[in-house]
Amino acid sequence: MTRALVTVPKTAKRGEIIEIRAVVQHPMETGYRRSSEGDLLPRDLIRKFSCRFVESGNANDTGAMVFAATLHAAIAANPYLSFNLRAASSGTLVFNWEGDNGFSHREQVAMTVA
Amino acid sequence: MASVIVRPVSALTQSDVLTPLVKAYAAGGVVREGRVKFDIAPLVDNGNSVPIEVTVESPMTQAQHVVGIAIFNEKNPQNQVAEFTLSPLAGRARVAARIRLALSQQLVAVAKMNDGSCWMQTVEVLVTIASCIEE
Repeated sequence: MTRALVTVPKTAKRGEIIEIRAVVQHPMETGYRRSSEGDLLPRDLIRKFSCRFVESGNANDTGAMVFAATLHAAIAANPYLSFNLRAASSGTLVFNWEGDNGFSHREQVAMTVA
Repeated sequence: MASVIVRPVSALTQSDVLTPLVKAYAAGGVVREGRVKFDIAPLVDNGNSVPIEVTVESPMTQAQHVVGIAIFNEKNPQNQVAEFTLSPLAGRARVAARIRLALSQQLVAVAKMNDGSCWMQTVEVLVTIASCIEE
């Protein structure tokens, strides 16, 4: 079970620029390290992250891209990313992580804009 | 983030490793120094998790915004750190992350604007405990 933590304010004023933080549990194994037996540990990385915004009432919509990232071995274990969003309307933020060995994780958070 | 702004770009010559990477990312666009603020501690105790923050001066409107930010390093086994895609929805051109650093080295943050022009800041950091070496 993958654990992820996403921090988004529950409510925001229209036009306010909010901060979004996302952390996901993952070793981000670089493929350059060796185990205590001397075997090369196979590479296991999260490669892609995305955050999309789906406006309320548009549940079928895939939403608009807010932020996306391509990650490499130089990203620390348990990747942490923080970015911003200008609160324009109420909706849902959908977070997606994808990586090696079929890794995939999705989180969604609702946000109310007054 | 409690970090100090690192030596200004003008004070250091960009490594020969970084320049072609920046050029490739720019894909023909003009690359200039400035507008980008690359926050990282100049002295890193532990290379396994180094907080970084990149902010770019941009109004982030439909007409004028940052479309992407790339970070490259000089001496890790792989030169790519991350490439970020931004949109005007963000309201602010900022990204923070935690990275790994194998050695004391230079890093560069390049921001690509929607008009194709690129801006960058190069920084140099000292790493006391390197990543990638311990088991």
